[in-house]
Amino acid sequence: MSSYNIKDLERRKQEIIRKSVGLDYSDYETDGIAFDYNKMMETAGYDYNRVQAIQVDSKVGNTPLIELKNISDYARKFSEPGYGARIFLKDEANNLSGSFKARRAAISIAKAKEMGYEGVIAATSGNYGAAVAALAAKNGLKCIIVQECFDSNNLAQPEILEKARACESFGAEVIQLSVGPELFYVFLELLDKTGYFNASLYSPYGIMGIETLGVEIARELKEKEGKFPEVVICTNAGGGNLTGTARGLRRAGAKNTLVYGASVNLQGLHMASDDDFNRKSFTTGHTGFGIPFSVNPDRSDVPRSAARPLRYIDKYFTVNQGSVFFITEALTVLEGLERGPAGNTSLAAAFKLAQTMKDDQIIVVQETEYTGAGKHHQPQLSFARKNNIELLFGNPKDEIPGKNIIFPSSAKDLDVEEIDLDRLRKSYLRRFVDQSLNDHEIEYLSEELKVNQDKINQLLKEAKNERAK
Amino acid sequence: MPGERVKNIPESTTKVPLKSWIKGRLTEESELYEEATILTATKRKVVGTVKEVNPAYKHTFGEFVPEILKMREKILEEMWGDTDE
Repeated sequence: MSSYNIKDLERRKQEIIRKSVGLDYSDYETDGIAFDYNKMMETAGYDYNRVQAIQVDSKVGNTPLIELKNISDYARKFSEPGYGARIFLKDEANNLSGSFKARRAAISIAKAKEMGYEGVIAATSGNYGAAVAALAAKNGLKCIIVQECFDSNNLAQPEILEKARACESFGAEVIQLSVGPELFYVFLELLDKTGYFNASLYSPYGIMGIETLGVEIARELKEKEGKFPEVVICTNAGGGNLTGTARGLRRAGAKNTLVYGASVNLQGLHMASDDDFNRKSFTTGHTGFGIPFSVNPDRSDVPRSAARPLRYIDKYFTVNQGSVFFITEALTVLEGLERGPAGNTSLAAAFKLAQTMKDDQIIVVQETEYTGAGKHHQPQLSFARKNNIELLFGNPKDEIPGKNIIFPSSAKDLDVEEIDLDRLRKSYLRRFVDQSLNDHEIEYLSEELKVNQDKINQLLKEAKNERAK
Repeated sequence: MPGERVKNIPESTTKVPLKSWIKGRLTEESELYEEATILTATKRKVVGTVKEVNPAYKHTFGEFVPEILKMREKILEEMWGDTDE
């Protein structure tokens, strides 16, 4: 890809995206920095009943909600009497293609088919690729998946190789790239040349597809337990999982259910670094996506992302890599559920958080993902060791991503760290501190960041002062 | 090429080229490491260098990791108690 091509694509970006998503995002722009998020979500795609019908037809959704009785009992061994919430797990690995991502893909593919596209393209190294490929296959559409896969020594993350295999098994063309943000331009060029649909993770269709997940959790618990859950915890990367689930919970009336996010802590590893690429043991669900996509959702492949986690999140936690592997092993040997590690990020956090909640309260972990060669704690840890990452037991808080992985010596040492949401909000606001914002823009920011308008003004001031320092 | 990478990314990335691997059927016979044209799964024609013939999936469950066994034993002991006796 030449620098000339990049400039040309950058210039025509808006036009290419509009044609490939079938949406004119300028319809939702309102005033200055603001846009009408709710209007976009309500009018850009399908109504809720249609979304549900498409998913039923696609063998997506209505996955089992399981009470993890042994894991809950295990957590109670380390909590005060009367504490230790009941942990439930939404077993999303049962979806077509093995993850909740099929919920998103089903709606995107339905839209692509309805609008008459010949094929679809998605830029993803994750489960979403397999989901898009599987549903494209089911609907007779061509499919191209673009992955960031290798470092410059041709060494690939085993987890990503497995996802490439899955995509190819569904008949998709997989383009595997070495590390670098140029992936976006490769993707744009493909959209431009093929005229295929952009099955973006961040379109309204993608997010609507996840609302069913929140609705199913709320309705099923209300029916079986007579109440909505106190907490639903979502593994957070690009923000769509949390956004869609929270919207679904609200749709079902679970207005008091708290929505927490959890990411694997990969602090210190640069996501666009060729050296760092294979020094991490998680390729998604980590802070390297979770934080930048929270503070700047529109950095995605569409002008206005429908995934906007700071609109919905109540608390945000990180866990270390070693704790997620530990809980993955616990899920396997205590519940008989062998599932992929990245999807268990929020389970690791829930294990600790349950200990701080009353024993009649409910915390729901809202996803699992399939597992297999490459995509399992054994190959991922074996790969880490090959890349000179030390595997140690001790205090998880001492883990240095890229240098070691520290497993808790006992489940009692498994811990979470809470991210200060105001710090993220200020980070979000930093790019606006030099602008004079009108009332409507402040109101928009208040919705974006889930705090009142006075608080927005205060955070803007603080962000400006902090930058001056 | 290394000198042409986008700005604002780490040096470890800018000093190496962006590479791309795509699978497909050769449109005509070719030699390994020669330039050739392939037809991909979506019937696109792509020109590149032949790197591998009939590439296999080589990802596995990796080498045995004793630390997993240690975690397993700890979990079972903490949950059910020491059952050796």
